[in-house]
Amino acid sequence: MSGLIELLNSSIVQTVALGAAILGIVSGTLGAFAVLRQQSLLGDTLSHAALPGVCLGFLIAGTRDMGSILFGAFVSGALAAVLVLVIVRHTRLKTDAALGIVLSVFFAVGVVLLTLIQGQGGAARLDLATFLFGQAAAILRSDLWIMGGVTLVALALVTALWKEFKLVTFDPDYAYTLGLRVGVLDVLLTVMVALAIVVGLQLVGVVLMVAMLIAPAAAARQWVTSLGGMVLLSAVFGVVAGVGGALISATARGLSTGPVVVLVASALVLVSILLAPGRGLLWQWWFAWRQQQGLQAQRVLLSVHAISLAHDDPAYSAGQGMLDALHHVPTRRALSKLHAQGLIRPVAHAPETTPHWELTPAGHAEAEAVLRRLQREDHR
Amino acid sequence: MIAAFFDNIPAMILLTGVLVGVSAALLGTFLVLRGSAMLTDAISHSIVFGIIVVWLLTRQVAGPVQVIGAALAGVLTVVLSEALARSRLVKMDAAIGLVFPALFAAGVILISLYARNVHIDVDTVLLGEIAFVWLHTVTLGGVRVPVALLTLSVVLVVNLAFVLLLWKELKLAVFDPGLAAALGFAPGLLFYALLTLTSVTAVASFDAVGAILFIAFVIVPPASAFLLTRRLDHMLLIAVALAVLSCVSGYVLAVYWDVSIGGMMASMTGVFFTLALLLAPQQGLVAQWLRRREQRLDNDCMALVAHVFSHQDSPQRGVENTTQALIEHLGWPEQRAQAVILRGLDRGLIRRDDGLLWLSAKGLAMAREIFEPWARAENSL
Repeated sequence: MSGLIELLNSSIVQTVALGAAILGIVSGTLGAFAVLRQQSLLGDTLSHAALPGVCLGFLIAGTRDMGSILFGAFVSGALAAVLVLVIVRHTRLKTDAALGIVLSVFFAVGVVLLTLIQGQGGAARLDLATFLFGQAAAILRSDLWIMGGVTLVALALVTALWKEFKLVTFDPDYAYTLGLRVGVLDVLLTVMVALAIVVGLQLVGVVLMVAMLIAPAAAARQWVTSLGGMVLLSAVFGVVAGVGGALISATARGLSTGPVVVLVASALVLVSILLAPGRGLLWQWWFAWRQQQGLQAQRVLLSVHAISLAHDDPAYSAGQGMLDALHHVPTRRALSKLHAQGLIRPVAHAPETTPHWELTPAGHAEAEAVLRRLQREDHR
Repeated sequence: MIAAFFDNIPAMILLTGVLVGVSAALLGTFLVLRGSAMLTDAISHSIVFGIIVVWLLTRQVAGPVQVIGAALAGVLTVVLSEALARSRLVKMDAAIGLVFPALFAAGVILISLYARNVHIDVDTVLLGEIAFVWLHTVTLGGVRVPVALLTLSVVLVVNLAFVLLLWKELKLAVFDPGLAAALGFAPGLLFYALLTLTSVTAVASFDAVGAILFIAFVIVPPASAFLLTRRLDHMLLIAVALAVLSCVSGYVLAVYWDVSIGGMMASMTGVFFTLALLLAPQQGLVAQWLRRREQRLDNDCMALVAHVFSHQDSPQRGVENTTQALIEHLGWPEQRAQAVILRGLDRGLIRRDDGLLWLSAKGLAMAREIFEPWARAENSL
């Protein structure tokens, strides 16, 4: 416990945690739109495409000036977004090909520029690993102002254009008929993803940034069904992943922040996908199992009913072995369920020792009700 | 002679690049057509996880065990993504984007925890260093051959055999998976085989060009070829040719500018894509633009003919059948009006007389066609 307090008092850890929280907010918010618009992988393309911008910003500024590097990253990310849109709109190539082309070519140009910078040498070397995986420890207080400013711009845009973004996300055709500039809003939402990437560049780096966009949003989607709720929860998950990851990586030496943050975010997704009430996988399995049991019991009830009708004897009892053979599966569980519901009762059938089952009056009534219901459904 | 060839470093580097480029283009053609290009992105990131896990288990950083083991991680990514998408809790694109960063992050953490002092280095995995392939050699029949070259040659042969032997099946599975399934060609299985080979190729290529630049070789030359032709066999050949061209030109430029060779090769694939995007004879942006301009001029010509026709027998023709009227009444900018009149004169649709525009016999016929399209049908009966 004292270790944690000591950790929180460290100025570097505070800076990193604050930066991670800012990143969580902006990537959670914008990621929600990207995931709903099925543009999740656009984030991957734009973040890889930021690399040449980082290098150009460095080359032009001549020093490791964060402002110009991040501006360069934003410009090349935005350019990449526009290029993807051009390729998709004007050629027969599919979206994923356009994404892959822009991602890999921009990254290649970035690698070339990087070797150019490293060839120049000098004290102000640009370390590649910093931008591939982020280097949280290198974040300065002054960088936080830039990250915070960018986040405020993004949040202000989302708030101001909330209604428009919502409509474009869910029903672009309707938005178009209302006279909204769907094309402009499309470009705006896409380019804003580049803003989130700028914020995350130092913390998680270009390679893993896509997870910060998708994971909080995909996790949030499991718990809520409204856009407002999803965006809020997604931002919260983003903050949890960011701060949690930053603190975990601070406790162990040699763990880069980026990968740990991403793993925390992935864990959030896993938990959400399994547990989300009514929607999660565990719930789905539970529902399916219960339904299967119910159906099995119903089938057994109907067969006992049919047999008693065939023998013209409401009290005709059927042995479990016969029912097993009839249904090709053990019916013990179904029988005990029916017994518990009071629809059947066991009768001794000397000299046999295994129990036989006959329908109670309630059982006959229930079986007839089921048959009537099935008949009605047949007619429909 | 042979030994001298394998000792020639530039030749080795170039040959490695070409082998990567051709192997990738063979598979990429089908991936691009199927719309699964971004799976390459996921696979190439995930093999980082595969490489470190295989190293932890076997302490091998090269050889067939490593190639196949790491390639399984790539296939695992696809399997997991599809399973996640099938649960309908997330869409396929988000599923891909959830699985591979998680595996990649796990790989990076494993490397920094357990493999710090080994030569597995994340930068190398991601970026590769084609200039160093000749450092790591084996002796084969008295000749020292770079290991990467050997692995890549085997991969190329396997890929080539796969594509040639299953040409018909692949073609059908890509263009009509429903029919392929109905005919019993198991398009799903074929697709997984394709992805497995992609994964294997990615592992074999990573120390040459790195995992991310590998994506460029898989996607970009086939996509460029796609813009240049509508035939599958031509697309494959053009993709291979573009890959070779990118490697050679990239190598020359990289040496000239003293920059990353792999990066420059991948950048050149982008240059060729840009050229194809702009200049492709049918589908290029320039061709599209020209076609649109041509169509607009044609439409304008028809409007001009209709305009002159409806006024040339009326008293207003002195006002209407002039350039000025086109500008004021049809709302055309002057430049556009002039261009349309020139086009009309060129085609012999109109003539100028007393400063007015008149229809020629050909123009008259065109006007009738516009106003009374049924007349032609009646005449031809």
